[in-house]
Amino acid sequence: MMDDIKQKVRSFLSKNKSTEQIKDDDDLFEKGFVDSLFSLQLIMYLEKEFRLRIKNKDINEDNFRSIDKIAETVTRLKKK
Amino acid sequence: MAEKIKCVVWDLDNTLWKGILAEDHSVILKPGIKEILDVLDQRGILQSVSSKNNHEDAMKKLGEFGIQQYFLYPQISWGSKAEAINIIAEKLNISLDTFAFVDDDITEREEVRFSHPEVLLIDANDIHSILDMERLNPVSITQDAKNRRILYQSEEQRKHEEESFTGSKEEFLKTLDMKLTLSKVVPGDLNRVEELTLRTHQLNSTGYTYSYEELTRLIDSEDHLFLIAGLKDRFGDYGKIGICLLEKQEDRYTVKLLLMSCRVMNKGIGTAFLIYCIKLAQSQNKDLFAEFLHTDRNRVMYITYKMMGFEEEGEEPGDTDDDSQQVLLKYTSKHHKDFPSYLDVKAPDC
Repeated sequence: MMDDIKQKVRSFLSKNKSTEQIKDDDDLFEKGFVDSLFSLQLIMYLEKEFRLRIKNKDINEDNFRSIDKIAETVTRLKKK
Repeated sequence: MAEKIKCVVWDLDNTLWKGILAEDHSVILKPGIKEILDVLDQRGILQSVSSKNNHEDAMKKLGEFGIQQYFLYPQISWGSKAEAINIIAEKLNISLDTFAFVDDDITEREEVRFSHPEVLLIDANDIHSILDMERLNPVSITQDAKNRRILYQSEEQRKHEEESFTGSKEEFLKTLDMKLTLSKVVPGDLNRVEELTLRTHQLNSTGYTYSYEELTRLIDSEDHLFLIAGLKDRFGDYGKIGICLLEKQEDRYTVKLLLMSCRVMNKGIGTAFLIYCIKLAQSQNKDLFAEFLHTDRNRVMYITYKMMGFEEEGEEPGDTDDDSQQVLLKYTSKHHKDFPSYLDVKAPDC
């Protein structure tokens, strides 16, 4: 499950940004992999792909700061 | 009050022209039609076609009449007209409650009414009063309105090019050569500012509207920075596409209003506006806040703020997914923010 999410997120990122390999624990905001245009699209993508509606309180930089963190957040929200 | 109409969808047989094309190729345009199409176009109202016909024949006929250029994403097929209207609304990214549909056939109008009760239905017998209809008369007509159709046509070209582009989305944006200019609102901008506040719902942080007098006062106000954005790229000039009102107080700056035309969605314009505000606040050592009013349409804008590092102020934010709720956001991100690499930004010095 986690691996599947990570794989999909990696492929989403590479479609949007032209960057070399991103490590699962790289800070996407720090390293500039994700700016706010793409972070908005990331949220839209995750909601569609994993059939979620992310609550307002769960939308913040911290929950989506790395591939690891995204997978964790999506898994947590799916369980609810 | 009902929304102003942004798009008129026309039937062809016995609506735009007399006769049925599939039966008789010598159909003629109804009198006055050209003038109606042209006036609506000048008012900045978009137009399209939903007709049950052979696509090629009908497009050829529109070309012969010299009116083909007025229609964006024409839907000519034997399928449902309600579905056709759906497709047009999606392509143009405008909501169905701003659509009008003109058809001589009551069955077609009823089919559209059944699926889309919010669409304004017009009987083809009434087309001569169409120009006088209140919902088809915009509050003011700006230069941006007159160019609107052409702007959508260049957008069609952009989309076409993007579909065949093989690199990443970011690389594609770089090829557009986008130039964003943020400048202080001047009196000549006020019609457009008013138009943007009335027309924009999705990418609008608060939905506040201001009277002409209030807007004039804001331009001169020492306590406010009132900015308007213009965008150009290699396909053309989008015109003035967004505004931002920043209130300056002793200890803090507050974004009172941030809005952008849906035409520039997914181009990083909101981001650029906010980054400018962040830089400005930081250079003056002020905290940056933003007012936000949830509506049923503007969630995208809320996500933009949150993912940029704005957090809700005050008590523990609950599951505030109700509509029409006002919140105050505070910028708390520790990350350094810079303008996106694919945008060339010109703005007043911080």
